[in-house]
Amino acid sequence: MTPMTPVPYRVAARRADLADTVTLTLEPVAEPIAEPAPGQFTMMYAFGVGEVPISVSRTGPVLEQTVRSVGAVTRAVCATAPGRILGLRGPFGTGWELDAAKGRDLVLAAGGIGLAPLRPLVLAALADRDAYGRIAVLIGTRTPDDLLFAAELDEWRARGAQVEVTVDRPAPGWSGHVGLITGLVGAADIEPALAAAFVCGPEIMMRVTAQALIGRGLPAAHVRLSMERNMRCGLGWCGHCQLGPLLICRDGPVLPYERVLPLMTVREL
Amino acid sequence: MSAEGMGRVTAAEVARHPFFHGVAGSRVARLATAAAVEEIPAGRRIFEEHEVAEYFWLLRSGTVALDMSVPGRGTVIVETLAASSVLGWSWLFPPHRWRFGAVATGPVDALRFDGRLVRTFCAADHDLGYDLAMRFGTLMLDRLAATRIRLLDLYARPGERP
Repeated sequence: MTPMTPVPYRVAARRADLADTVTLTLEPVAEPIAEPAPGQFTMMYAFGVGEVPISVSRTGPVLEQTVRSVGAVTRAVCATAPGRILGLRGPFGTGWELDAAKGRDLVLAAGGIGLAPLRPLVLAALADRDAYGRIAVLIGTRTPDDLLFAAELDEWRARGAQVEVTVDRPAPGWSGHVGLITGLVGAADIEPALAAAFVCGPEIMMRVTAQALIGRGLPAAHVRLSMERNMRCGLGWCGHCQLGPLLICRDGPVLPYERVLPLMTVREL
Repeated sequence: MSAEGMGRVTAAEVARHPFFHGVAGSRVARLATAAAVEEIPAGRRIFEEHEVAEYFWLLRSGTVALDMSVPGRGTVIVETLAASSVLGWSWLFPPHRWRFGAVATGPVDALRFDGRLVRTFCAADHDLGYDLAMRFGTLMLDRLAATRIRLLDLYARPGERP
């Protein structure tokens, strides 16, 4: 067995979250991969089709991964029925390092499907609630119908998190926020100087959200982002996911804002 | 606007809102004389598009929706303003008329400022006027940037991107 060998996992359950997004519950057929830390990803192999990097959306005794159908491989993964086998390699990359934020207020800011890799962080923080101050989960999405894990948000609220959702395009009957996620930053019930932020979503969304948080007084050193590039090997061997001096599969995907900011505004990286 | 739910405002209350952080104490005290606490019940319309713009609000809690009446579609919400936001800048610029409507989507606690009075303060004290113009200019810059980023449709599916 090498790090390039896919480990067989059976799809134990398949839940259609959105029109194009499913969450798969995965069980090892034999020896499992190591337990992923929140923020890490696996390379998921649809046999005979190909391999893609997929965020872990629940870790621990139950492994869940949330996949959006955007191409041939993710389409095949999304269509995998319960009982069928997928291959996993990993887990790869850096995690959110929640322990380093113990004692601080937490801001978790997600854009679109960026909520998937933040979900295990939310669950970990709520499971160890007394270790953190206030927890604010800020979510930006396109429309109300595109809101991921909508059925879980009230439970997060009941367990002590402030959860705010904003949409770009409201639908009739929507009574929540409308606008860019930066509009929620001022409403986060946190003490900015004593907070840590974890941000995941489209790169521009992450940049402006981090800037808004820092503008509110959150220390830049306590802001972490999850970057996305074309991960292939997951091991830093092939170089496909290079971002300047970084290989995102190995040095990321979770990176300190201060380290990645200078790279985010350079064209062609 | 009725006086229902209105109350006097101290300089400390004005200084506490993030929008006025860093304003000199004497100026905060002057601004406080133009302010009142306003409790706005959920669902109440705060102003209508085209009406004379006489006030601005510093939201302390609650949410306000900015909207516009679109023929055939009814009243469409273009943006919401969450707690700690600023509502209203048309009071500052001619022709002093609202370009959108505003309605409280939940109970709102706000500081309401008399825009005409604040304009007279600014005319008499250009440093205060410059400070306020910079603060409202920064606010407008942030809202414009946010609107432009929404135009990018960042969360669109690959085949639907503009």
